[in-house]
Amino acid sequence: MARMKFLCDAERCIECNGCVTACNNAHDVPWGINRRHVITLNDGVAGEKSISVACMHCTDAPCAAVCPVDCFYFTQDGIVLHDKDLCIGCGYCFYACPFGAPQFPEMNAFAARGKMDKCTFCAGGPPPDGSVEEFQLYGRNRIAEGKLPLCAEMCATKALLGGDGNAVSEIYIQRITRRGTRPETWGWNVAYDFGKEKKP
Amino acid sequence: MKPFQKKWLRRVSAEPAPERGINRRTFLVRGGVALGGGALLGLLPAACVRRETVEEKKNFPRPELKSEYRRTICTHCSVGCGIIAELQNGVWVGQEPDYDSPLNLGAHCCKGASARSHGFGDKRVRFPMKLANGTWTRLTWDQAINEIGDKLLKIRQESGPDALFFCGSSKASNEGAYLQGKFAAFWGTNNVDNQARICHSTTVDGVANTWGYGAMTNSYNDMRNSKAMLFLGSNAAEAHPVAMQHILRAKEAGSVMIVVDPRFTRTAAHADIYARIRSGTDIPFIYGLLWHIFKNGWDDKDYIAKKVYAMDDIRKAAEKWPPEEVENVTGIPKDKVFQIAQTMAKNRPSTIVWCMGVTQHHMASHTVRLFCILQLALGNIGVAGGGANIFRGHDNVQGATDVGPNSHTLSCYYGLAEGSWKHWCRVWGVDYEWIKARFDMRQQYDAGGGKMAYTMNIPGIPVSRWIDGVLEDKANLSQGTNLRAVIFQGHACNSQTRGTHMKTALEKLDLLVISDPFPTHMAVMSDRKNDTYLLPTCTQYETTGSATASNRSLQWREKVLEPLYESLPDHTIIYKLARKLGFANEMFKNIKVVKDEPVIEDVLRELNRGAWTIGYTGQSPERLKLHAQHRRTFDPLTLKAESGPCKGDYYGLPWPCWGTPEMKHPGTPILYDPGKPVSEGGLCFRAAWGTDYNGVTLLAADGVYSKGSELKSGYPEFTSDILKKLGWWNDLTPEEKKEAEGKNWKTDLSGGIQRVVIKHGCAPFGNGRARCNVWTYPDPVPVHREPLYTPRFDLVKKYPTYSDRKAFYRLPTRYQSIQSVNHSANYPLVFTSGRLTEYEGGGAEERSDAWLAKLQQEMFCEVNPKDAASAGIRDNQWMWLEGAEGGKIKVKAMVTERVGPGTVWTPFHFGGWFQGKDLYDKYPEGTAPYVRGEACNTATTYGYDSVTMMQETKATLCRIMPA
Repeated sequence: MARMKFLCDAERCIECNGCVTACNNAHDVPWGINRRHVITLNDGVAGEKSISVACMHCTDAPCAAVCPVDCFYFTQDGIVLHDKDLCIGCGYCFYACPFGAPQFPEMNAFAARGKMDKCTFCAGGPPPDGSVEEFQLYGRNRIAEGKLPLCAEMCATKALLGGDGNAVSEIYIQRITRRGTRPETWGWNVAYDFGKEKKP
Repeated sequence: MKPFQKKWLRRVSAEPAPERGINRRTFLVRGGVALGGGALLGLLPAACVRRETVEEKKNFPRPELKSEYRRTICTHCSVGCGIIAELQNGVWVGQEPDYDSPLNLGAHCCKGASARSHGFGDKRVRFPMKLANGTWTRLTWDQAINEIGDKLLKIRQESGPDALFFCGSSKASNEGAYLQGKFAAFWGTNNVDNQARICHSTTVDGVANTWGYGAMTNSYNDMRNSKAMLFLGSNAAEAHPVAMQHILRAKEAGSVMIVVDPRFTRTAAHADIYARIRSGTDIPFIYGLLWHIFKNGWDDKDYIAKKVYAMDDIRKAAEKWPPEEVENVTGIPKDKVFQIAQTMAKNRPSTIVWCMGVTQHHMASHTVRLFCILQLALGNIGVAGGGANIFRGHDNVQGATDVGPNSHTLSCYYGLAEGSWKHWCRVWGVDYEWIKARFDMRQQYDAGGGKMAYTMNIPGIPVSRWIDGVLEDKANLSQGTNLRAVIFQGHACNSQTRGTHMKTALEKLDLLVISDPFPTHMAVMSDRKNDTYLLPTCTQYETTGSATASNRSLQWREKVLEPLYESLPDHTIIYKLARKLGFANEMFKNIKVVKDEPVIEDVLRELNRGAWTIGYTGQSPERLKLHAQHRRTFDPLTLKAESGPCKGDYYGLPWPCWGTPEMKHPGTPILYDPGKPVSEGGLCFRAAWGTDYNGVTLLAADGVYSKGSELKSGYPEFTSDILKKLGWWNDLTPEEKKEAEGKNWKTDLSGGIQRVVIKHGCAPFGNGRARCNVWTYPDPVPVHREPLYTPRFDLVKKYPTYSDRKAFYRLPTRYQSIQSVNHSANYPLVFTSGRLTEYEGGGAEERSDAWLAKLQQEMFCEVNPKDAASAGIRDNQWMWLEGAEGGKIKVKAMVTERVGPGTVWTPFHFGGWFQGKDLYDKYPEGTAPYVRGEACNTATTYGYDSVTMMQETKATLCRIMPA
């Protein structure tokens, strides 16, 4: 059984927001919600890096650990989903999440605090796969259609990879091997500060 | 460049209430009758009303319904990304990545990823409208066309055909753009243009004058073969994000990436070498590189000796640019200039990329020539991985440049000479005398330099200067009248400079017609009360046709949706107007018209029959459709199909695709690549300027020819006479002979000359040398000239601009009279502009798209912390930016080191504000974009290229103050 993972290659990410918009396209999320964000560090100065962030579908998910109503569950592929019928919109998961993934709609009858909404890895939620109800509450279920998340599929530079963790890792290993002495975001060069030598 | 806060919501609702809230006046005055019953509901802030769930349901792909898939091409930029649209019951419910497209391999930036939102059309113009005493009033199509037509005919009768300016579009299909140009010709004026003028016109002219064709020589994909890549005035990461896929792959394979820009752009963040250059000093920078290249003997001497004309003139000119002077003028440290020169020379093939940061200057035609010369010196042209990779802007700006509406030439660079008109008249099937009678033949006018000509043969007023066509004293114009009527079909006005003058010009016009999916800034920026029309026009997703990507590949678009609301495609509107104006029968002689809609395939076939100069002749609709259908068979590196029904072809038949479609030429993936036979996409440099100049040959040296050529040295372009001399005449069929007699490769409509020449392995346009000296240019050898509004007034004496000109594109044009004043005393900061990923061009389309608008909600200005401190401006506060001609814009400050001290930068996509005022009230109801902001060009200034009339937007002056 696969374990689904995202990986964003910061050497490739150009902050084009293609992933953010692809997510909007797949799920028609309302104004005010972006399930995915591109974060830029050192904006405008040397060392600038961008990275796309959404729910990372943690194996030991802090959101699930702290949820007072236990609305989170895991699919067989290791995707972290939640049940909006159970969710009370307390925001405790937002507090626990290391990535700021949980989102709270600001445009409904309950004003600023609604039910939590987050990236589903395009895997929908508890209602039957592909049903209208599922689409309206959680967005499109591409996994059930045999497709991968649209954000990663549409990434402009193939920086964002999404799918079976083993397959993602395979692609990434090939990529960093080919890069050779090129700067890397993660790995030995960064960990031990070998990256200072640059090509002319 | 991007406020970090933008990711988090500034506003709660998608449809913000106008600044002063909704009042009775707003509703009655501008709302008019526009929406009827639902109008009131629509005006309530969305927070009070749950957004229609019907809409969501409508767009939801339901498992019980059958989906069908249509393939089209993204309508935003020139990369040409393939899009797969999923439809149910005619509703666009899903979008899938197009992994089959060799250009994007499934990838999209946010604009491409938002394509499906075109199916919602929330902010579209829904029906024809006009301003009646300041209120938008609904019309039927018949009323609109009749009223516009009657007014145009009246103006024509009073002032002649040159009173109209028709602005076509780079966002039209090739067929639509071709008809836009043809429409103006049949109306009888050259006052017609498109975005290409203010995009890459300087590139097109400068590059073509160097080696033959003014287009990207290689392709985005081919950059994966580059060993070094130099980006100048190009921010590919934001302007051509999907191209970065190829660029970063090249980088990962070892290519060195160099970015030279006044800003530390998103692209620069990925570069190995970044150099901050002062705006408008590209020529000194390149001379600085050449100085090192010549001094160290890095130039490709064999290449230069055999294929280049007058490189010695450049050697001499480069001597004037020692490292100290280059550093003084450009601001780039001399070590860095050396490092870049060395990198480009030692990592060949190296390529050069440039965009608007280079082209939008008053001496840009010369700048781009020097870029070409750098690549010639390094021997980088005509090889995979090298080339001049000129990234075009709009999705079809290459096509609109090639075939479309241009004020200085007929389709396909034929020019405006009598012979050019006669050529196209034969293609159109109309009598030359008939066309002539459509023009103002009452008298001749000054065509520049005192030469007199009829307006038919004088370049028309370009889009960069239409405002002067309205405002300039009639006596100073090279035509009999001021402009009185303006039609903009698919063009934003906020992309042109001098916004304050534009407002005056707009208010002076007798007729303004905006044919666009959205009202655009133009509909609201002036205080017009009457004689202003909005014609709802389709996007390219609602029609079909071909578009030319930057790499010269033509791609066919399938129709995804039926036209939304009452909108019509460009070509249908043109037909309706032509019929009302009385020349539809002549104009559509070869083109079948079904229910007022010209058949697109027929339009392309007519174009195929006339476009010999640049080889738009082999790309028949059938061949393009076959390519679209078999996208997956093309190799993403070479773009060649190795199997399948398109075997041997290059994707999209990149022009020149010589001869008739039956000849099955595969297209030319890399220009001037002698390593392949011409019949398989090879070429040599064009011999477009004769065989010699001042006794020096302009033809290639002995032993220089494209593979398989029967002529083993340089040769001139082919004519029927040359064919006879070579003994190749009898290779023509009798029918071809009949047509080809007395013609040349550009005018022989049978295609026989091209067929026979290519059969003998030769290039129809000859085998010449690339020119380093263009003796017809104001500066035959590129010379640095300081911007008109320069921050370095001390350099003006040494590097002055041109003298003022009396008649240039029919208008007086100022240079020296502006530069001679020291503007930098009052306006100390360099003001430059650029692109954001989320938006494109004038931005009306993207700012009206909720998915994109929510990512970029405010117009802003990047200011260096030093300048911000001096001006007392804090981050994220309102500030005023005042341009050197007095136009003011109110924007949010973004204090960042992305720009250097002394330079401020703004994006250019915003509109809907004017000098501090939100124009929400002036939009027809329900059409105001989600995001509105100051158009940066309200504050930009005068300045036009000395060859093409490109506007100066990238180096002007301003001052800033807190608001």
